Amino acid sequence: MARTEIKIGGFGGQGVILSGYIIGRAASIYDTKFATMIQAFGPEARGSATSAELIVSDEQVTYPYLTGPNLMILMSQEAYTKFSPELVQGSTIITEEELVNPTNLRKDLKHFSIAATRFAEELGKKMVLNIVMMGFATAVTDVVKPDAMREAVKASVPKGTEALNLSAFEKGYQYGLELKKKVKGSLVEA
Amino acid sequence: MATAEPIGVLTGAHFVDGDHACSEGAIAAGCRFVAGYPITPSTEVVERVAERFPFVGGVFVQMEDEIASSIAIQGAVWAGKKAMTVTSGPGFSLMMEHIGLAAMTEAPCVFVDVQRAGPSTGLPTMPAQGDMMQARWGSHGDYGIIALSPNSPQECFDLTIKAFNLSEQYRVPVLFMMDECVGHMIERVVIPAAEDIDIVERRTFTGPKEEYRPFQPDADLVPKMVKAGEGYHLHVTGLTHDEKGYPNMTVGTQARLVRRLVDKIRVNADAIVDYREEGVEDADVVVVTYGISSRTAIPAIEQARKEGLKIGHLRLVVVWPFPEKRIRELASRVKAFVVPELNFGQIALEVERCAGGEARVECVPHAGGTVHNPRDIYQSIRNCAKGS
Repeated sequence: MARTEIKIGGFGGQGVILSGYIIGRAASIYDTKFATMIQAFGPEARGSATSAELIVSDEQVTYPYLTGPNLMILMSQEAYTKFSPELVQGSTIITEEELVNPTNLRKDLKHFSIAATRFAEELGKKMVLNIVMMGFATAVTDVVKPDAMREAVKASVPKGTEALNLSAFEKGYQYGLELKKKVKGSLVEA
Repeated sequence: MATAEPIGVLTGAHFVDGDHACSEGAIAAGCRFVAGYPITPSTEVVERVAERFPFVGGVFVQMEDEIASSIAIQGAVWAGKKAMTVTSGPGFSLMMEHIGLAAMTEAPCVFVDVQRAGPSTGLPTMPAQGDMMQARWGSHGDYGIIALSPNSPQECFDLTIKAFNLSEQYRVPVLFMMDECVGHMIERVVIPAAEDIDIVERRTFTGPKEEYRPFQPDADLVPKMVKAGEGYHLHVTGLTHDEKGYPNMTVGTQARLVRRLVDKIRVNADAIVDYREEGVEDADVVVVTYGISSRTAIPAIEQARKEGLKIGHLRLVVVWPFPEKRIRELASRVKAFVVPELNFGQIALEVERCAGGEARVECVPHAGGTVHNPRDIYQSIRNCAKGS
């Protein structure tokens, strides 16, 4: 049973919750998997720490909370410090390159990072950094099929911003593919 | 049977939370009046209703409090609408008086309680299942009600429709007992085509005006309704009333009326009870669950089975009326029942009553605020299976 327990962390306004929603929607509506997302309620507001938790599985999800996250997508230093110790052995951690300094990174973790905010700024809207992150995460993991993610992005972002968000997704996705190739190459050389 | 009005049905696959799925279930069921005083963790139900109602011809009123909400819906019912109110613990407590009124006046309506941890204000954003006995007995006097307990957003949709259908069929308030975890959990919800959704329409009297007796029951103990204002003589009161609806405060009328209010659920209980069983046929221990606890119990059951223990699972979909007969049958041949619930033993008491000393009953209590750790349920299952 492939059960991926995902935690997305950042600060309010980065689209953390929407990112979780997009992954879950992609997995359970546009892909053939099951997804359960739990909403953590608290005094979240723009600028403060926030997180989204969801489970993507090949089977129906019974226990709905995370028991040991094995994929994290982190977009703030605070989220990195607070959440990354929870990752189980051998997990994947994806960080925003310029917002997270991965201090004391555990050796057992697979780490990928991308300057998503900068990519988003190049597209003219810093707001779409979460979608750049989603594209990147889609490329470096195999949790959800890329086309399912594209569909979910299209269906979940505000009307009129679909094209912008899809290009943000592609930016992250392509960067992720290239990075994966490079990593593979370096492994072969080593 | 009638089917849903297409205008209210968002056919397709959605990724939504239990609260929103409940709203969609209500709209699909034909609910066109909702009054509420928004309260966490049920707020999303009325938010979505308020957003969607203008497009389906419904009326949402944000009332001054829960007492007003729970009576406004009954006015709407007598005006011919299907109606519900939505709340959580503290609001549910305030609604008790009017649940009794709905039972007494046989006003079909739905009360949604997204349970949070109590007592009192408790933990507004965290789950519990502490209102289960309150749902059954919370209003004074004696009466029958129906209560359902969904365990997923999909069931929040499906069972809200069922709640409305049951309320119309038996003319009772139906209590929809969600919990914070299910209410705020987002999952895939498939909404079928309108023509595939069965709807129970109001049992309406259409005969001559002089022959109408608002509280004269049909053979199944349920009377027919009319809309107020259509020319029929209609009197609705919380006082003990005769078949014409007028106060008649005698011992005989009280006996006839209240016996019928209780019996219409008791006599029809076999048709109303709804539970799902899995692996109970050769089980030594049966885990009895409802709502979110039905999901947290599964890893525990699977673990116990891996060790060769014979464990069954009985999940209550309809909690009230309680499946007394089935528990009694099982009690005669199983060693024990394990009842995990987010309270200190409510439904466990009911299981114990029905088991009648024939089988051991172990509650796995929890104060709420989160869900059970499956390990605790597993431990209880194991103890019961091994007789320790």
